Amino acid sequence: MTASRKNGAAGKRLMSGNEAIARGAYECGVRFGSGYPGTPSTEIMEEFARYEGVYAEWSPNEKVALEVGIGAALAGARALVTMKHVGVNVAADPLFTVSYTGTNGALVIVSADDPSLHSSQNEQDNRNYAKFAKIPMLEPADSEEARQFIKIAFEMSERFDTPVFLRSVTRLSHSKAVVTPEDPVPVEDRTAININAAKYVMVPFNARVRRVEVEKRMNALREFAETFPENRMEINDPEVGIITAGMCYHYAKAAFRDYSYLKLGMVYPLPVGMIREFARKVKKIYVLEEMDPFFEEQIKALGISVIGKEIFPYTGEFDPGIVQTAISGTKPESISCPVDIPPRPPNLCPGCPHRGLFHVLSRLKTFVTGDIGCYTLSFMKPLEGLHSCICMGASIGMAHGMSKALGEKGRGKIVGVIGDSTFLHSGITPLLNLAYNKGDAVIVICDNRTTAMTGMQEHPGTGYTLQGEKTKPVDLKALITALGIDSVRVVDPYDLKVTRAVLKEELDRPGPSVVISQRACVLFKREAKAARKPLRVNPDKCIGCRSCIGLGCPPIAWRNFSELPPEQVKKNAKKQDGMAVIDGTLCNGCTVCQQLCKVGAIVEED
Amino acid sequence: MKSEVKSILMAGVGGQGVLRASDILCQVMMDSGLDVKKSEVHGMAQRGGCVTSHVRYGQKVHSPLAKKGDVEILLAFEKLETLRYLDYLKPGGIVIINDEEMNPPSVNLGAAAYPETVVPIVRERFPSVIVVNAPELADRAGNRRAVNTVLLGVLSKYLKIEEQQWEKGIRDSFPPKTVDANIKAFHLGRGI
Ligand SMILES: Cc1ncc(C[n+]2csc(CCOP(=O)(O)OP(=O)(O)O)c2C)c(N)n1
Repeated sequence: MTASRKNGAAGKRLMSGNEAIARGAYECGVRFGSGYPGTPSTEIMEEFARYEGVYAEWSPNEKVALEVGIGAALAGARALVTMKHVGVNVAADPLFTVSYTGTNGALVIVSADDPSLHSSQNEQDNRNYAKFAKIPMLEPADSEEARQFIKIAFEMSERFDTPVFLRSVTRLSHSKAVVTPEDPVPVEDRTAININAAKYVMVPFNARVRRVEVEKRMNALREFAETFPENRMEINDPEVGIITAGMCYHYAKAAFRDYSYLKLGMVYPLPVGMIREFARKVKKIYVLEEMDPFFEEQIKALGISVIGKEIFPYTGEFDPGIVQTAISGTKPESISCPVDIPPRPPNLCPGCPHRGLFHVLSRLKTFVTGDIGCYTLSFMKPLEGLHSCICMGASIGMAHGMSKALGEKGRGKIVGVIGDSTFLHSGITPLLNLAYNKGDAVIVICDNRTTAMTGMQEHPGTGYTLQGEKTKPVDLKALITALGIDSVRVVDPYDLKVTRAVLKEELDRPGPSVVISQRACVLFKREAKAARKPLRVNPDKCIGCRSCIGLGCPPIAWRNFSELPPEQVKKNAKKQDGMAVIDGTLCNGCTVCQQLCKVGAIVEED
Repeated sequence: MKSEVKSILMAGVGGQGVLRASDILCQVMMDSGLDVKKSEVHGMAQRGGCVTSHVRYGQKVHSPLAKKGDVEILLAFEKLETLRYLDYLKPGGIVIINDEEMNPPSVNLGAAAYPETVVPIVRERFPSVIVVNAPELADRAGNRRAVNTVLLGVLSKYLKIEEQQWEKGIRDSFPPKTVDANIKAFHLGRGI
């Protein structure tokens, strides 16, 4: 990838929140970025990496990304670190202590939260991290604010010698709005080697001193919040006031244009004096926030009476309709659909290499501890090939714990499944543990050569960096062997027979082992193989056994004979009540269904 | 004068080009001097799930999300998806339906039926329903994937935006190889 982003201002543009964050960082002279992909944060670092003169990397996980950012900041750089909300859990250890050391240069951590769990395993409200780790947090409400707030965040980091959070939510990250970019400021090189052990060696003796500094800094920030121009009062109707921040501000404005507002640009620490003043100016106050009553609890602790979670939901994303209904008690008039609509959940793509693997696994009668990635989708009908998913990396530790707890009962019945990106993110240490503490499980690494779920990001196994440079890919087999696993085997998940045989052998043999199920993601262009011919079902042979249907592959559909015109009904078995068909425009000829068909009814299209 | 903010909702299935279409629409609106915001959820969308994009425009837009009962035009890229978002439409709103069926997983498995009466259900409830065979028009334009530009063409009939703006928007959004087919697809949609 070459630097391709326009560097100059060049007029108004539509930008997503994520693009605007990257733009703002670039404009204010940030040239260092690290992160780990995760919806809805991913495009920030992808976009930032395209600007000229920038260093940006995908680190193997969020903890490493933050530590990389801390190192850069200690060397005097301005460092941008990005992750999704749950990524902050992974990075929490360095996070809580970098709050003590301060940053020397500048360090801004973007946490992209996901109210409504559009693509996440939980709905945690990361504003709590700001309070918990004593780190100030800004929250923009739209793309233009995102571009501006990231700059303010960097200034604050330098001025107060503190890491700063910028919080986004899915609706900000993935909505587009008009932005007016500015020219980038000239970049000054302020990096140098600076030794200051008292500040950066956090042993108790030093940390106790820094602990006091943190409280002083919090007081300075509280004072700063009172006059911070992005904490803004709009006094209109004095009867009703709404205290809110971020996207919720716009939802409320769309529904109630004439109420008064206290819009908080800084969500932690709160401007207590300003809140008291607002409470004096308006009669009735609503606190509007998605997820936790984060403001509400703090404001109620001031002795100010407000209405919050008694009318607004605790869960899910809001929209103008939800806000309007909660406040006014009236539902907008709308016409609903009178029939049941079959749901359309995301599914593994046609030709996805995960499908064959999970078909085999589901027939082996094992407990499959799963992990996070596209392959998690195989828990659904009809594959039902995965039985747990907690967080990235959990599969291996859980398989180990389960095998230890079950003892003989679990012998040959425990499989842990993890993707390649996820394995390198947080699967290495649990695998070391499995080997060292003599666990008994088969670990399958679904190596599709990329981080597919979040849109094909590089990871240390792919051989390329985020900015497109070639680098040395990790040798998975050698790594796993070095961790103490004696049996490491590689299979092609398009080959059902071999995949099944190898998994059975490994399950039969006591002790830990690893099977690498290797084939590139079908959507991954760099590793694309020559197109294969689509397949079709020969109606003169299909016996309606539904074996191929059990794959849940999008092009394969079941047709009941009762719904077909008589001339199309071809009965090839006694009790046959329907047949399978394949949509050739969707099929990419992976042959997995063909291997399952016992009567040879699935053939190449002519 | 406070002018009204209006909403368009596009709905389809991952891979149909919904997001590209809404990007073009927003660009064209911005170039015509309007404030515009759009919102979408992607991430898992590539995997054959539902994709929606809310587009809101006017003098000053706050929310990038429309509320239920507030959408002027629903542009459904897939027939069944029309029903899923019907409650977003204003009573009397316009519905544009691409007459293409893509089976959800439960239909493929034989566990559920694809509703047969999508169009009549919608017609019974809304006065202006336009059904278009976009894949056929896209084929005629020389690119089967141009379904999204055909549908933009149909949509364009209901918006007061200059034709050149649309053409520019399309030209700027596709690789040179496919621009001509997409322009043609747009006009075939606009001409129905
Ligand atoms: C701590 C954390 N960071 C990031 C994510 C977002 N995320 C979910 S799965 C995944 C990676 C999936 O890649 P891989 O394991 O290679 O599986 P694939 O999708 O390619 O099958 C990512 C980045 C997350 N859920 N948790």
